[in-house]
Amino acid sequence: MSTIALLAITGVGLGGLYFLVAAGLALIFGLMRVLNFAHGTFLLLGGYCAWLAGAQLAGGAASVSNLQFVAMLGVALAAGAAIGALTELVLIRPLYRREVAQVLVTVGLALVVGALVIGIWGADPRTLPAPEWMHRTTRVLGAHVPNSRFVLIGAALLVLAGLQLFLRRTRYGLIVRAGVENRTMVSAMGVDVRRAFTLVFALGGAMAGLGGALAGVYFGAVSPGLGTTLLIDALIVVVIGGLGSITGAALAALAVGLLQQFANYYISGIGDLAIVSLLALVLLIRPRGMLGSPT
Amino acid sequence: MPVPSSRSERGAAPASAPILEVRDMHVRLGGSHILQGIDFTVPPRGVTALLGRNGVGKTTTLRAILGIVPHRGMISFDGASLDDEATYRIIRRGIGYVPEDRDVFGSLTVAENLCLAERRGVPPRYELAFEVFPDLRDRRRQLAGTLSGGQQQMLSIARALLNPARLLLIDEPSKGLSPRLVSEMVAALARIAKDTTVLLVEQNLAAVRRLADHALAIADGRIAHAGPAPALLGNASLTRQLLGVSSRTGAGA
Repeated sequence: MSTIALLAITGVGLGGLYFLVAAGLALIFGLMRVLNFAHGTFLLLGGYCAWLAGAQLAGGAASVSNLQFVAMLGVALAAGAAIGALTELVLIRPLYRREVAQVLVTVGLALVVGALVIGIWGADPRTLPAPEWMHRTTRVLGAHVPNSRFVLIGAALLVLAGLQLFLRRTRYGLIVRAGVENRTMVSAMGVDVRRAFTLVFALGGAMAGLGGALAGVYFGAVSPGLGTTLLIDALIVVVIGGLGSITGAALAALAVGLLQQFANYYISGIGDLAIVSLLALVLLIRPRGMLGSPT
Repeated sequence: MPVPSSRSERGAAPASAPILEVRDMHVRLGGSHILQGIDFTVPPRGVTALLGRNGVGKTTTLRAILGIVPHRGMISFDGASLDDEATYRIIRRGIGYVPEDRDVFGSLTVAENLCLAERRGVPPRYELAFEVFPDLRDRRRQLAGTLSGGQQQMLSIARALLNPARLLLIDEPSKGLSPRLVSEMVAALARIAKDTTVLLVEQNLAAVRRLADHALAIADGRIAHAGPAPALLGNASLTRQLLGVSSRTGAGA
């Protein structure tokens, strides 16, 4: 029982991490039809900015206070939002209506930033300082669950609730929901949909940046390969959930996180194969994903 | 709502300067040269019908005016060029658009569809929208995707009415509607046309006859006829030649 509890909570926590990365990807694709391969870059820079902020705040110590940790997350969030908005304004906007070129430029950006990170900070993993209690465990149904898993679950739930509030209660949320259905018609109603593009990139970047910092907590360190690894998982989540659907991304992230944990435990090392098999199965049975629109 | 049986009874009198002017407009889509240098003007008042056989480029003309499809040539609205303008800016200049397939946002409620059309600093004309389409008032919380075809058409037009527009581009409002709903739609459009200039794409000639003051017909990528609507619709051979239907049968090709 304790093993199942540990696997389940760790799986949900990992699903939370996948959701933080996948939510932005889903929003960006839904509204702009751009598969943003630079999304891993937002995550990577968020993680490294959190590490830099943590190193300053901790002054070389392995732990930070709760407030300092929140500040680290804030820095990661702001860095992700800034790089996201900048990417849209400088690289994506000039290529408006040229979706293939937009995809290619995001691939280029990911490669350049990945190389830059190695050039500046090296290829070694960098340990992210976290509050003392986050290194401890909590006993649940007989299992000792690392507290960082609960942080991931809490952060993912907060982001999901915040996103739903944004989408349901704000004018820009309304524009994004309408734009996912038919962005041409949104423009034809006199709405400057390009502002929504920038906002969605900034939002997606913020969530990815936060995901980068929390991935650092989950894995214990940030490294240059962090963005690429999580981007692949997030892409799988987005396709399974249905391109453009936030609720679909949340459900798929949960399913992928749980499946990966249980598969890895029962047949060692088969987790990645299991989620790729799930992806293939979903594409065969329901090509538009769990909650994707038919078009 | 009383509707005149013929637009000629309303005594439409075009003023001198056209509200919309299109010169030498070309549109190429997917390798096809759809519009091959069309020229026309829309008078500042009344309803101008844009007619032609299926696939001749009527919808493309409206979409080119709005900058939705790329074009070459000159378009001016109220004397100012619309060339190279973003679609949302063209709309904000005072043009309303009702697309061919309604294009309501199915996952949004009726109220949200209308709210999306609201603009900062412009009081939304909900009273007018609900006066013309009272049925929508009671359906504000209903998802637009669950409305009937006629109700979706009403919503699509109501969205365009929410902001004051000097020109409405309306694309096939009777498409897919029952004869009773077409009649209601024509009555609503006649009410709207009292205050707003309309460029109407419509296949239903009975509806055109009741609404249009002026008529333009596209054939072979160019304007083949422009003039008073009765001159085209009253000429059986011209109607058959340009529109592919008898002017007496009503329904278009």
